[in-house]
Amino acid sequence: MSTSTQAIKHERIYEISPTRKLVMGIIEIIIGAFIFFVFVQTVSGAAKTTFVMTPGGIDIGKVGNWVLPTRITLILLAVLALIIGAYQLIKGFGRSTNALVGLCGLFLVFSFLTWQTADQSLNLAGMLTSAVLLAVPITLGAFSGLLSERAGVINIAIEGLMLMASMVGALIGSITQNAWIGLLGGILASVLLAGIHAVLSIKYRINQVISGTVINIFAAGMTAFLSQKFLQTNQALNSPPLFPRIPIPGLAHIPVIGPIFFNTNIFVYIMFILLIIIQVALFSTRWGLRLRSVGEHPKAADTLGIKVKPTRYMAVLLSGVVAGIGGTFFTLGSVGRFEEGISAGKGFIGLAAMIFGNWTPIGSLGAGLLFGFADAIGSKLSLLGSNIPAQFMGMTPYLITMIVLAGFIGKGHAPAADGEPYEKE
Amino acid sequence: MDKKQEKQKDAGKILIEELNQDEKESATHKRSFWNVITIPLLAILSGIIIGAILIAATSTSVYAAFGQSFGKGITTAFSEIGSAYASLFTGSIGDPVRIFSALFSGDKEQIYKAINPFLESLVQATPYIFAGLAVALAFRAGLFNIGVEGQLFIGAACATFVGYAVKGLPVYIHMPLAFIAGGLGGALWGFIPGFLKATTGGHEVINTIMMNYIAFRLTEWLLSGPMTRPGSGGMPISPLIEESAQIPQFFPSPIRFHLGFFFALGFAWLIWWLLFKTKWGLNMRTVGTNPRAAKYAGLSVAKTTMIGMAISGGLAGLAGAIQILAVNRSMALGLSSGYGFDSIALALIGNNHPVGVVLASILFGTLRNGATRMMVVSRIPIDIVDVLQAIILMLVAAPAIIRTIYRLKEPKEEETTVFVSGWGGGQ
Repeated sequence: MSTSTQAIKHERIYEISPTRKLVMGIIEIIIGAFIFFVFVQTVSGAAKTTFVMTPGGIDIGKVGNWVLPTRITLILLAVLALIIGAYQLIKGFGRSTNALVGLCGLFLVFSFLTWQTADQSLNLAGMLTSAVLLAVPITLGAFSGLLSERAGVINIAIEGLMLMASMVGALIGSITQNAWIGLLGGILASVLLAGIHAVLSIKYRINQVISGTVINIFAAGMTAFLSQKFLQTNQALNSPPLFPRIPIPGLAHIPVIGPIFFNTNIFVYIMFILLIIIQVALFSTRWGLRLRSVGEHPKAADTLGIKVKPTRYMAVLLSGVVAGIGGTFFTLGSVGRFEEGISAGKGFIGLAAMIFGNWTPIGSLGAGLLFGFADAIGSKLSLLGSNIPAQFMGMTPYLITMIVLAGFIGKGHAPAADGEPYEKE
Repeated sequence: MDKKQEKQKDAGKILIEELNQDEKESATHKRSFWNVITIPLLAILSGIIIGAILIAATSTSVYAAFGQSFGKGITTAFSEIGSAYASLFTGSIGDPVRIFSALFSGDKEQIYKAINPFLESLVQATPYIFAGLAVALAFRAGLFNIGVEGQLFIGAACATFVGYAVKGLPVYIHMPLAFIAGGLGGALWGFIPGFLKATTGGHEVINTIMMNYIAFRLTEWLLSGPMTRPGSGGMPISPLIEESAQIPQFFPSPIRFHLGFFFALGFAWLIWWLLFKTKWGLNMRTVGTNPRAAKYAGLSVAKTTMIGMAISGGLAGLAGAIQILAVNRSMALGLSSGYGFDSIALALIGNNHPVGVVLASILFGTLRNGATRMMVVSRIPIDIVDVLQAIILMLVAAPAIIRTIYRLKEPKEEETTVFVSGWGGGQ
């Protein structure tokens, strides 16, 4: 590879390819048309949708129900999606393309809910609360991937890291009967595995995707092995304490937002704190600049005296820390015991969220919340007496992932040296 | 027009030169059979040793013995490992004593029973061969197919459907029809991520994983809805396939050894021939190892990506079809025990060569079959096979570790068998 093409490739221009512009516009138009022709046409003009805006079991921050005229709401959403799509086709949104596709996805999800709830009522706040919780492992997975990929190491081992962390978290949490020590144990396990990934891909320079796959197979086998050997035969080893819900004084009383964001699981707070830390550390400190330069152009970084390999090691280990927190969420924040394959692909979806979010913390969070929302609907759908099979709703997060990935990769989005091992010449 | 043609001609020349050079290089230091096989063998050996440590380290009786005295702890550890691996051996190859006594007695039924563990290992290896070939072929084209599991499910579902819904056909039409249906289903499931990669740049690693989850949900819905067995009471299981769709087994039950094993060997040969003896295979391998040169030579990377993924998915679909038609005879959700990830290990350990894949598949079929008995006899969870697999895979992928441990000489040139691009597409 000649240096001149290298230099051009490494210039970060946020240019959206014409195909992508077209495809995304068409997707938005399809969403609008779908809302109009499928949802609007099958709803009577007099129908009303009732959303309950106070999650169950919470007595602070109560508000009245939202009652929406179903048909008008749906028409409005359809028209908005069509306008966005048309503008995308004609002029294009440039850098905001992803955000607007995400918005249209949100319209689709919301209009589906409105349509399903016609002449019924649904606890929307409760659904949003669970959506935020479901978004936690996905978003933390995305943050984890972000840290390592910004330094140029592809990390598809996140799924395995999370699985291992969730098991070790449950085990140590059960032994000590202390959720904090469990969390720490989970993080440690995840960091250890991340260390193996780092050694394999940085020191031995094996293909990073394969190295990640090794970790994933290892974690799946090891957690299943240990859980059958110890956790299942001795239930006392698989009953960790759960982190309690912590209301934040003052903020928890804000209507709607309070119960969803400020009277919830500690992992949600950690997610938002990490968002701020990673955003500031990566984009406003010298440390972050160095880390990113290693991911963009390791040779140049090396010439400037930045130690490429130690930086990459650090990034991958930090990625392990974040994945570890995300993994322990399953056992210490949500389910309360370990089951085989408990992570259910959340690590992979997290990676997709990272890509959807353009390798930025804010974008990752947004994508994570969208995926979490789609997930929450899938699990709540049966309560509405819907005639759509639950399996189809269960597919939506994966379908959305595939749609948003179409054309997202390439052209100045991924760190330029992502996946390339570095060797001093 | 002229200029373009000339340019292409030049590019073609460059490519041919490059390939010739490759050929010359490989001719000058052609690696001998032993050279190729040392690393995998040592990796397997290391995996077995680490597995032994794991067995001893997670055994409560070993700890109890160490509590009494050090010597007792060591002997207990070794006896635990010994009995575990002995049960692994008798479960996968057979009990030597029993085999010999059966041979001497000359009783046919006795002999069948005695060698059944080995035949069962081959039965287990059969879907592995197809799945391993699927991943290996994709790797050769520079693609990473993590979606074997989903393609296998879809293939199995298609084969099942043709197997029970089509009635009144003779065996020689119905059975191949169901088998091919499985392949086509898998091919479609593989083609979609290939198409997305070629046209939009969506990376196949993420997309195939997503297709896996979609396939699980889809088959779950199919098996509990449209394809459910009448009277199953909502259990996700399909009707039994027609007798005419079944791939015949050679021996009376419970011996399950079937014709499909030879199908698998046939397909391994076919893939070898395609990859190494046809122009199409050369093009594909060129795209896989050097997409830039391939582009200059006028080869279509997009087309290769789509075809490669479709064939790879088709092979994975055949893995599912063969399991349904020859062994299970109806489809349930517990069809696969992680073939998707296993097949990646198989392809890499087999050096992405059909012969290597067949050998690795027989090894893993043996391991998995033996592990079932090990679970019954020594209470060691079957998932230990996954752990071994990960370790073996890691060592095969990073031969430098093996060379350090066993103090082997560095090769003159690092051999790279796998070229998988990063998210950026690598071009």
